[in-house]
Amino acid sequence: MTVRTRRAVFLLAAAVLAAVLAWAFGGLPHFGASRPSSGLTLNQLAVPQRHITDVVTAVNFDYRGFDTLGEEFIFFAAVLGTALILRPKLAERPGHVADYATGRAVPPTSDAVRVIGLGLTPPTVVFGLYVIAHGHLTPGGGFQGGVVVATAVLLIYLAGEFEDLHGLYTEVALERAEAIGAAGYVGVGLLGLAAGGVFLQNVLPLGQTGSVFSAGVVPLINLSVGLEITAGLVLLLTNFLHQVIVLRPGARSAPTALPPRV
Amino acid sequence: MSFLPYAVAIWLFVVGLYGIVTSRNLLHQIISLSVLQASTYVLLLAIGFRRGAAAPVFADIPANRAAVDPIVQALSLTDVVVGATVTALLLAIAVQLHKRTGSLDPEALRRWPEGRETEDGARGLSDGRATHGWRPPTG
Amino acid sequence: MSALEITILLFVGAGGTCVVATRDPLRQAMVASLFGILLGILFFVLQAPDVALSEIVVGAVALPLMILLSLAKIRGGPR
Repeated sequence: MTVRTRRAVFLLAAAVLAAVLAWAFGGLPHFGASRPSSGLTLNQLAVPQRHITDVVTAVNFDYRGFDTLGEEFIFFAAVLGTALILRPKLAERPGHVADYATGRAVPPTSDAVRVIGLGLTPPTVVFGLYVIAHGHLTPGGGFQGGVVVATAVLLIYLAGEFEDLHGLYTEVALERAEAIGAAGYVGVGLLGLAAGGVFLQNVLPLGQTGSVFSAGVVPLINLSVGLEITAGLVLLLTNFLHQVIVLRPGARSAPTALPPRV
Repeated sequence: MSFLPYAVAIWLFVVGLYGIVTSRNLLHQIISLSVLQASTYVLLLAIGFRRGAAAPVFADIPANRAAVDPIVQALSLTDVVVGATVTALLLAIAVQLHKRTGSLDPEALRRWPEGRETEDGARGLSDGRATHGWRPPTG
Repeated sequence: MSALEITILLFVGAGGTCVVATRDPLRQAMVASLFGILLGILFFVLQAPDVALSEIVVGAVALPLMILLSLAKIRGGPR
């Protein structure tokens, strides 16, 4: 069907969909209405049961820790898939490493960007590690803190060149770090099994509410998730940057892996 | 007026879907997908909201203070990070697809690789770097 | 509903519309970054600081970055 027909059919279907959804959501309780739910019960229970003050982190890594394990591995698989898809092909070769812009000369990195980038990197790293470590006390956790630390690496790239990242890490080390993070989560779960309970049971001493070493295994899980998210995002960034900055379309003399489709 | 959050969620869903259906550029489609995902976060958090309640973090408020539902927040939180990573995967696919075919137009890519014609003769956007000999047809 | 909630919900709805209405991916990346910040503010108003932190960090930084990198690759490099 033509694009115009498709648009008309879609608008009709969208109107029906919106009407059905509006009717369905009309049956929901009013926005903000107070009604009992399991989540509100958890609010009462989490602090005395687990000595944890951030109930969202408690739900993520303690009460519903198994679901978060699955989410973490979705992340792992997506990074793996991206690295696979962006791998250098036979017809591509590493070229001269230089930033470029289409159609104009690339200006050198200005001093302001350099100073601000380098000046903001250590506070960003510290803030990211703080968010990871205090995930069970205040809003934060492995997911958010991991992305913040990965942003610090991005700042280094913005302030400098792509080669500066090469001096910071190797891709193999990143892959190992990500694997350690992912395996660490499973390892903490197996700790629960080894201590005679169920998988991912909170078996470490719960400590005092409000101190950093509280809530049992949750800080450990936070650390391993933070490591995995950081390493995974930096890997993602490196793959994309490698594609853009390093790889050049090679000459057609190299045979490609698939026969041409004409 | 208390239906507004749900209405915004429905609107974001429909708008994101419209962007995907009528898009002529793969990257535009992928970003519209992220708008679609945002509608689910808005819906979940609107369901969990309680008027007059605080955030479910008891670090500085008494533990018997009313707080909003933490379970929907736990769902949305991991979903945001993981959804962005899946978007990165889609972007990688789009980049490689462009390298192989020279086109980002879903209409033109409908004819790849078998070479069958579509009714409206959609044209592709090529910057002249097609590989493997396939070029999106012009006209 | 308070005026703040109504305002931020309307802004989010308008922001989503703008993201889809912007057809050029380069401009769309910037609008998507702004949309991420608006969503973060909405989540904060809905008493969800964890989700707001996540959305701001991801939707305003990581996602537009990857879109820009894909665009840089697609727009072509040095021949």
